[in-house]
Amino acid sequence: MQAEDELAAVGMALGAGWAGARSMTSTSGPGISLMSEFAGFGYFTEIPTVIFDVQRVGPSTGLPTRTSQADLMSTYLLSHGDTKHPVLLPGSVGECFDFALEAFNLAERLQQPVFVLTDLDLGMNNWMSDPFNYPTTPMDRGKVLSKEELEKLGGFSRYKDVDGDGIPYRTIPGTEHPKAAYFTRGSGHNEDALYSERSTDYVNLMDRLNKKTETARKIMPKPVIDKVSGAKIGIIAFGSSDFAVLESRDQLKDAKMPASYLRLRSLPVSQEVVDFVNSHDRVYVVEQNRDAQLQKLIIMDYPELAPKLVPVTHYTGLPIDAQFITDSIVKKEQEKK
Amino acid sequence: MVTADTSPAAPAPKAPQTNKLGLTLADYKGSPSTLCDGCGHDAITSQLIKAFWELNIEPHQVAKLSGIGCSSKTPAYFLSRSHGFNSVHGRMPSVATGAFLANHKMIYVGVSGDGDTASIGLGQFCHMIRRNIPIVYVCEDNGVYGLTKGQFSATADQGSKLKDGTANHLNAIDLCGLAIELGCSFVGRSFAGDPRQLVALLKAAISHRGTAILDVISPCVTFNNHEGSSKSYKKVKETDTPLHELGYVPFFEQITVDYQEGEVRTVELHDGSHLQLKKLGQDYDPTDRSAAERAISQAHKDGHLLTGLLYINEESQNFGQVLDMVDTPLSRLKSDELRPPKEALDEIMAGLM
Repeated sequence: MQAEDELAAVGMALGAGWAGARSMTSTSGPGISLMSEFAGFGYFTEIPTVIFDVQRVGPSTGLPTRTSQADLMSTYLLSHGDTKHPVLLPGSVGECFDFALEAFNLAERLQQPVFVLTDLDLGMNNWMSDPFNYPTTPMDRGKVLSKEELEKLGGFSRYKDVDGDGIPYRTIPGTEHPKAAYFTRGSGHNEDALYSERSTDYVNLMDRLNKKTETARKIMPKPVIDKVSGAKIGIIAFGSSDFAVLESRDQLKDAKMPASYLRLRSLPVSQEVVDFVNSHDRVYVVEQNRDAQLQKLIIMDYPELAPKLVPVTHYTGLPIDAQFITDSIVKKEQEKK
Repeated sequence: MVTADTSPAAPAPKAPQTNKLGLTLADYKGSPSTLCDGCGHDAITSQLIKAFWELNIEPHQVAKLSGIGCSSKTPAYFLSRSHGFNSVHGRMPSVATGAFLANHKMIYVGVSGDGDTASIGLGQFCHMIRRNIPIVYVCEDNGVYGLTKGQFSATADQGSKLKDGTANHLNAIDLCGLAIELGCSFVGRSFAGDPRQLVALLKAAISHRGTAILDVISPCVTFNNHEGSSKSYKKVKETDTPLHELGYVPFFEQITVDYQEGEVRTVELHDGSHLQLKKLGQDYDPTDRSAAERAISQAHKDGHLLTGLLYINEESQNFGQVLDMVDTPLSRLKSDELRPPKEALDEIMAGLM
C-alpha cells in the first residue's frame, strides 16, 4: 500500500511485523533519515521488518538522480542511543532478489529491522542478469510461541534469553491464551516486558541486544573471497562496486600487482574479514563515499586492523570505474615503496 | 432454657460476577495507574474495562495501541490479557494501520491525547481517518501537555488560561470537526465525568467497523483544572450540552420499546448492535454530515461543549473492504500460501528475456 510519508511507511511495516505478517518498506535519500526514530524503536522493542534503501547522493536532497554508497554508516547505526542494525549488501540484481528473501528470514530470526542497502546504479539502471533462482529453502519464521506451546510452558518472558543467542521468544497478537499477551514499549523494560528504569534491567537488555549482533555476525551472508596465492595486497568492496573491482583486478595483474578480493555482503563484519586482512600486507577498502565509511566500520569493531586498511573513495555521483580503482591503488602502492 | 443457635449462618463468600465468557471485571483490568489522583484518564480507563467486559469480548482478540504522553500510558492499565503497543509520539495510527493489514480480525483500540493527536500526530490522524482503518480511537483531551509542565496544546480553547494566568491566543483545533470534514465514519465527543454517556459511546465505537473517533474531555487535575481553564471539571460540567441521551443495546439483546414514538432515534451498528438516541430538546440527526458541522460551529459560538454521537456513517467501506483483503488474516497464512509457485517466477523471468 502507498503510505503518506516515510514516517508512516516504517510505522506500518513495524505494526504489521508486530502483528505477525512479513512486512517491508523501501526508500532512498532523505526517506531513510525520516525512518530513523522508528528504526531505533524496532531495534529496542525487537520487531521484525525489512527496509530497503536505494542509496543516492546526499546529504540533504543532494544529487537525487546520482548514485552513492554514503548511507552505510548512518544506516548501520540508524537512530539515537546505542543502536546497530543488520545490513545486507547485495552486489548484483540477482543478489538483490536473493537477499530480499534472506532479509525476511533474518528479520524474523533476529526479531529486528533488517536493512538492505543497494544503490541507485543497481536500483535504477538496466542490468544483465541470469534468471533469478527459485528458493529451495523453507521460510524461517523465527521463535514464535503457539497456543499449544504456551499451554505446555504455562507462560513466557518476552525479553528473556532462553537459548543463549540473545534472541527471545515472541507471541503474535490474537494467540488464544491468557498468558500470550505482552506489552511492547519503546521505554525501558525488563524481561517480562514491564516498564522499568532499573539500571540492571537496562544493562541486561542492552547487553542481550548486543549478543544478537554477535549472533547476526555468525548467521548473516558471508563475504565472497577470491584469494590470490602470493598476493601482498587485497581489496575489500561491496555492492555495485563489484563489477569495477573485477575489471580493476585484471588491470592490477597486468601491472604486476595481483590483488586478492573480498566482497562484503553484510554488516556486522564477520571473522572472515579479519582473517582476510591479516593474510595481506595492505588491504584497499574501495567504496563510493567521501568518508571511507566501511573502512571506519571495520576499524570500529576491529581496531587492530587499522594500520593495514587503506581507503579508496569515489564520490562523484557517477558509478565507480575500474581505471579509478587501479590508478588509486597503483599510486598508493608506489608511495609505499 | 433452650439454647438455639439463632445467629444467622455466615454468608458464603459471594463469587464475583462474571460475563458470558465466565470472566470477571478484574480479568479486564491492567496494572495500577501511575497517573495523578483524580485524572480524567483513569475514569476513561474504567469505562474501557467496563465496555469490553460487558460486551463479552475475548481479551486476546483485542490489541491496544498508543503514542506518547499521559494518555498513551493508559493501555497498560486495562486489558492485561491483550497485546499492547506503546509506539512513538503521534504515530500510533501508522502502527495500527500495519497491524490491521496483518490481522483484520482483531479489535484495535487506540488511546491518544491532544498533544499526541493534534500536534505531532495530526498528519497520521488524518490519514488513518481517510483510510477508515477500523479502530476505536480515543483522544483523552485536556488541552495541555501534562507530561511537560502543562503548556497549551493545540486543542486548548482560545481565551483559556494557564494556572499562571497566561491566556491562549491561538485557535483551537476541534478534532471532531476535523474528523467529520475528513469523512470519518464515526465521531463522538464525551466527558470523563459522564461515565454513562462514555460507556455507551465506547460500546458503539467497538461495534463500528471503521475509524471511530471519540474526543473525550479529560481534565488535567495538575495543570488545567483551575478557574479560567475551559477544560476544568467545573467548566465542562457547566458547558456540557448533551445532544441526546444514549442507550446501547448489544446485538445479543432484544431492543425493548419503552419510549414514546418520535422520542428516540435508533442507529444500527455494524455488528448488529443498536445505539438509541433519546431526544433532548432539539432533534439531532447524527447521519447528516453538514448538520453535524453546523452544530459544532454553532456550539463554538455559544460556548457550549456538544457531547454525544456527532456523526455516523454506517454505509462507508473500511480499508480492508476497499483492498478486498482475503478473509484469513495475513499473519495466519502458512509458508506454502505465502510463497508463489515456481511457475510464477518463471513467467516473470520469461517476460524479461
